[in-house]
Amino acid sequence: MKGFIIKEFYHIFRDIRSMVVLFGMPVIQVLLFGFALSTEVKNAPVAIIDHSNDQVTRAITSKLLSSGFFILSDQVPGEGHIEEVFRHGKVKEVIVFESDFAAKLEKDRQAGIQVIADASDPNTANLLVSYTSAIINDYQQEYLKGMSLPVTVNTQSQMMYNPALKSVFMFVPGVITILLMLITAMMTSISIARENEMGTMEILLVSPMRPIQIIAGKVLPYVLLAFTNALIILLLSYFVLGMPVKGSLIMLLAESLLFIVMALSLGIFISTVSNSQQMAMMLSMFALMLPTILLSGFIFPIENMPLPLQIFSNIMPPRWFIVIVKSIMIKGLGFRYIWKETLIIAGMAVFFIVLSIRKFKIRLE
Amino acid sequence: MSSAISIHAANITKRYGDKTALDDVSFDISKGELFGFIGPDGAGKTTLFRIITSLLKPGSGAMTVEGFDTVKDYIKLRKILGYMPGRFSLYQDLTVEENLRFFAGIFKTTPEANYDLVKDIYSQIEPFKDRKAGKLSGGMKQKLALSCALIHKPEVLVLDEPTTGVDAVSRIEFWEMLSRLRLSGITIVVSTPYMDEASRCDRVALIQSGKIMSIDTPEAIRNNYGQDLWAIKTDDTYRLLGDLRQFKYTRTAFPFGEHIHLSLISKSVKPAEISAYLEAAGHINIHISKIEPSIEDCFMEMMSTESSTREK
Repeated sequence: MKGFIIKEFYHIFRDIRSMVVLFGMPVIQVLLFGFALSTEVKNAPVAIIDHSNDQVTRAITSKLLSSGFFILSDQVPGEGHIEEVFRHGKVKEVIVFESDFAAKLEKDRQAGIQVIADASDPNTANLLVSYTSAIINDYQQEYLKGMSLPVTVNTQSQMMYNPALKSVFMFVPGVITILLMLITAMMTSISIARENEMGTMEILLVSPMRPIQIIAGKVLPYVLLAFTNALIILLLSYFVLGMPVKGSLIMLLAESLLFIVMALSLGIFISTVSNSQQMAMMLSMFALMLPTILLSGFIFPIENMPLPLQIFSNIMPPRWFIVIVKSIMIKGLGFRYIWKETLIIAGMAVFFIVLSIRKFKIRLE
Repeated sequence: MSSAISIHAANITKRYGDKTALDDVSFDISKGELFGFIGPDGAGKTTLFRIITSLLKPGSGAMTVEGFDTVKDYIKLRKILGYMPGRFSLYQDLTVEENLRFFAGIFKTTPEANYDLVKDIYSQIEPFKDRKAGKLSGGMKQKLALSCALIHKPEVLVLDEPTTGVDAVSRIEFWEMLSRLRLSGITIVVSTPYMDEASRCDRVALIQSGKIMSIDTPEAIRNNYGQDLWAIKTDDTYRLLGDLRQFKYTRTAFPFGEHIHLSLISKSVKPAEISAYLEAAGHINIHISKIEPSIEDCFMEMMSTESSTREK
């Protein structure tokens, strides 16, 4: 057993490709998702056409620009040129103040602001418009201070657990899940398929090693490596991306370990049904990666899916693990709230281990 | 030869779909014997060896190795078996020493414990023990594979085409190692497509299209040839074969290197008659000599009788 594990480590550490997949990929993915693939809008170029240029419009403008969401782009000469600047893509949003803004506000108690956004990217346009309205509303509240109005309804919204709506909060649990799932399942399935392909499995079979020993010898090194991986991802998320760990770190690690074991047994199961490295790789990539990304609730909310897909998503292990990671890291919940998800993953792990051992061929046919 | 049976095969048949790989194969191999299966590629040697090593189940028939049934007692059997598959099947990214240690480890032993058994072979590659197995030459790979198959002191050693793809010098060396190993009392079963290696075995089985055509000592197989055999050479080897096959007294004519081995339908035909026929056909520099049949001659003979009886 010990010799088997040592051998497995030799295989991994001597193969540059394995090392890149194991340790390069997680770091790159976390950083990519953390920095590049962000749904937040920062420093969006905005143009302001101010027909009035009084103290109120200037106050609103400076409030907008100091928010961090917008930066002032080149001046737009007039309303006739708005489409032109959008066409050049230099500006994401144009804000137009009507003339005599402050005077109208004083006299008529209302004045108009026009907000025009480039909706070729609908998410960004939506966000920008809502940021703009929020900031103008905010200004209005301050402006009205001390005045009494007949009736007003104020909405007070509060974003629990992620007040700044940072997208890192959404991505990190998903990325951890996907990486652990893919790396562990793919690496084990490939490493077993390689033994089949190289003919070494033939010799392993003609030895007193039992299937469970061969499987354990394959799994243990990857448990260690995947766990190291989980640690690297968590450290990166915490220190580089500013992801909080509100709940128990030990529980998070324990849950990760459970998920790793589940993914590994899935990998072994894949290898028992595929007869080449290529096939093992394809199966892991297509059978695991796409459903993991699309159906786990990582990117697209499960509630929005058609019913058959919602039902199908239940058998996706990542779906449950994402809930666990979010609950522990972001909400800081205790085991009491995630025992159900934990049990599902544990059940899946047992299911795949038993299936792999039963499907493991003791002969060549 | 000791009488105790090491490997017993009774009416083994194995089919892949509608293709028959082994057809009613039976044999007994004694303990301590160096036994060779000789036959061309696709004869069924590898399938047979996989059945001996419990890697495949026979379609029908029964096989025991050292008293263990290869289907029911495969767990016990696998402890006493040393197996070297036809393809080089060690870990290419592990060094020579790491491979040896690993294979000793999976049999719960160490290279040190059984070193005396492999010393003769392993000492030749020991200077390269830190080299990756994938970087060894063909001959050294075979030596390492043999060391790994022997390191747990098996009672039966099964070698599937160990000399295929190995240079001539290493092949001779390899057979010398097997002859020395045989002295330690281990039963060795080996397959090869090279007929010239048959004489190295205690007994050989000639195998063709999944059938065993003959099992005997190499001498007995040669003695049973029963024909006079002539080796003939002229300046035009290519045309010679065709001309000899046209010759009215020809039984069989097979090319062996630059010679044609010829057997005749009657022992009364004189070499002068062959020579006269060839001269008439325009051959020059005709050399005719009577030779002792080799295993390959016997094999070709059996193959041609086999196919002619099948045609009838």
